[in-house]
Amino acid sequence: MNTSKAKLETVKAPSNIASPDEMLQYYKDMLLIRRFEEKAGQLYGMGLIGGFCHLYIGQEAVVVGVQSALKKGDTVITAYRDHGHMLATGMSANGVMAELTGRKGGYSKGKGGSMHMFSREKGFYGGHGIVGVTGPLGAGLAFAHKYRGDGGINCAYYGDGAANQGQIYEAYNMAALWKLPVLFIIENNKYGMGTSQTRHAAGELYKRGEAYGIPGEKINGMDVLVVRQAALKAVEYIRGGNGPMILEFSTYRYRGHSMSDPGKYRTKEEVEEMREHHDPIDTIRTVLTDTGKFTEDNFKQIEKEVKAVVNESAEFAQQSPEPDASELWTDVML
Amino acid sequence: MSIQILMPALSPTMTEGKLAKWVKNEGDAVKPGQVIAEIETDKATMEVEAVDEGILGKILVPAGTEGVAVNTPIAVLLEDGESAGDVAAPKAAPKAEAKTEAAPAPSCNPQSAPQPAVAAPAPEKEWTGATASVTVREALRDAMAEEMRRDGEVFVMGEEVAEYQGAYKVTQGLLQEFGDKRVIDTPITEYGFAGIATGAAFAGLKPIVEFMTWNFAMQAIDHVINSAAKTLYMAGGQLGCPIVFRGPNGAASRVGAQHSQCFASWYAHCPGLIVMAPWSAADAKGLLKAAIRNPNPVVFLENEMMYGQTFDIPADPDFILPIGKAKIERAGTDVTITAFSRMVGVALQAADKLAEQGISAEVINLRTLRPLDTETIIQSVKKTNRLVSVEEGWHYSGIGSEMAAIMMEKCFDDLDAPVVRVYGADVPMPYAANLEKLALPQANDIIAAAKKVAYAA
Ligand SMILES: Cc1ncc(C[n+]2csc(CCOP(=O)(O)OP(=O)(O)O)c2C)c(N)n1
Ligand SMILES: [Mg+2]
Repeated sequence: MNTSKAKLETVKAPSNIASPDEMLQYYKDMLLIRRFEEKAGQLYGMGLIGGFCHLYIGQEAVVVGVQSALKKGDTVITAYRDHGHMLATGMSANGVMAELTGRKGGYSKGKGGSMHMFSREKGFYGGHGIVGVTGPLGAGLAFAHKYRGDGGINCAYYGDGAANQGQIYEAYNMAALWKLPVLFIIENNKYGMGTSQTRHAAGELYKRGEAYGIPGEKINGMDVLVVRQAALKAVEYIRGGNGPMILEFSTYRYRGHSMSDPGKYRTKEEVEEMREHHDPIDTIRTVLTDTGKFTEDNFKQIEKEVKAVVNESAEFAQQSPEPDASELWTDVML
Repeated sequence: MSIQILMPALSPTMTEGKLAKWVKNEGDAVKPGQVIAEIETDKATMEVEAVDEGILGKILVPAGTEGVAVNTPIAVLLEDGESAGDVAAPKAAPKAEAKTEAAPAPSCNPQSAPQPAVAAPAPEKEWTGATASVTVREALRDAMAEEMRRDGEVFVMGEEVAEYQGAYKVTQGLLQEFGDKRVIDTPITEYGFAGIATGAAFAGLKPIVEFMTWNFAMQAIDHVINSAAKTLYMAGGQLGCPIVFRGPNGAASRVGAQHSQCFASWYAHCPGLIVMAPWSAADAKGLLKAAIRNPNPVVFLENEMMYGQTFDIPADPDFILPIGKAKIERAGTDVTITAFSRMVGVALQAADKLAEQGISAEVINLRTLRPLDTETIIQSVKKTNRLVSVEEGWHYSGIGSEMAAIMMEKCFDDLDAPVVRVYGADVPMPYAANLEKLALPQANDIIAAAKKVAYAA
């Protein structure tokens, strides 16, 4: 695996890549992220969530597929479009939503906000607001896995826009040089804010590791099974002590960059095309239906369960009090 | 139950907007994610998407309405089996304002605000045993070696720290003793390796990052501040960053502007960091050991000119110094002089000369710049009633500015003279020997300042 390969969207994962029950779980995990984000958007609209709020709607297959290939002890780090990663690593919807509303019950006691949450227990290391930092920080988490010989790997996520930051390449160089167990994951949703990839990046992003000897692949990130297949292979390669790998997932965000983005840099038709014909949740649902094992009732039931979790989180996020005023002064130093 | 659709806030600053257009009509089925209306915010035209599934039962605010307040019900969505007739008249939307705590927020006034909990410095132990004569360079190396022996999760990384034995030979012998797993040569890539070390520290390892000099750490300052210093707070206390960033700071000798800057006030400005600036070999060893053991990110500002200087230090293997504790290097009664790093030595020279002229100067070696040992400074000024602050760097928003502010806030009634600051010239560092000397504080500058505050001609 030492050359970069682009996978076309027509590629399908073999049917044995996951069992029907596992696939149903991916459906559920993706739906949870979708409904959670829609609810967050609604609470933002009500003024309960402030500041920046970057929704993950449309990109669910990436984090759910990758997470399905990881094992306990592995670590994950991403930027500010992070609610999906938190839920996928098993962090509680209540804790995440309450952080969005800036309440005491949030993961950071209301002091981090949408862009800054962490859970050592779930191996989730943020939640970072500076574009590009997850490259070296992720390589550093991988450095710790290697230093301790704990067999873990790190998944360092960043966007297509972030892929232009110099520090990403500093991280590539050292990760390759020191054979760090890190999977660099480019979530290419085609835009860095309002700038399309064609206007911000020369050449292909997944090939940018070539000079460092880091293999890269471009994968359809709208199909959770294809994502899983690619991630399984990459994770095996990395755990084999071969050093880092790059997976560029071709994906799409349906909403604006953040809540206040009117999205004038792309056409309605482009967004509709992705929603109608490439939606990751619809795609897995079709596969599930085709197995003949699941009926409309199963999906209705899941929808109900997911809604209950999301509604409870929204309730919790409004009931939880604001942090005590004394919290202003805590957690500055240990 | 029917659901009220409210006028959403679609920017951090929006309070009202225009309902520009209804994309769906009464009676239309809508699904989550579908656009139902367009509104004009204070910034742009935005689409409103449905969150729930149902039938658009009633439009309450017609298209074209201006000044619709956020959270006003704009439509009613009917769920399975409801009809428009079931819809009750909308009641005023609940005000979505977050509950605020009854207790008054603490003031931002430093006089009354509780300071973030920083453990009070432990009283400094008297080290009365045998002493050894070592250079600052050796003291720093010994501190790292002792801590690396003590804790397997401490490691060193930086440019030329391993095979080359350190650009300034500070890491001499570490590779031989600890091997290349723990003494790591990096490429010339400050932003990258500062980030890698910070990530490793998030995972709980204890990196010592050597910057060849602090001038080059400007490429890495994002990780020092945004990643290392702020994460504990952003994580609500869950995730610390036990890391030491160290290397020579300030002017060396004849290396020009880009290699001769003091960054003390830059880092001392930032909550979440501990900032130290040792002067003697004892400072170097005792403070660096404390820095490595401390669970917080530490910026450790050394000085190249000091590396070769020899001092007697306690030979006790347990020797360590408390963080946040200044040291009175020379007791005096007429004027207090604060200094840090190499300037402590210059201040002591000045104090010798002043003594010859009958002025007794008390010289305080600050040692830690954040958290600053204000108590020691205040107690000294209560005795001398005069303060001269010395630093090698620029004065604007400098450490001396902070000293002057502390004097205003805490010692106003104790002062017999305005504070005088001694500092580096407000220019990029020149190369020419004569100009460089003029740019840096000399003993004579400190003597003149002390005489000024003592009203001695
Ligand atoms: C260093 C830095 N520069 C600029 C920004 C402002 N900014 C935030 S997100 C963003 C776009 C990033 O796009 P991409 O990496 O593609 O991620 P996406 O938002 O698409 O998930 C920009 C420019 C920032 N946060 N950090
Ligand atoms: Mg993008």
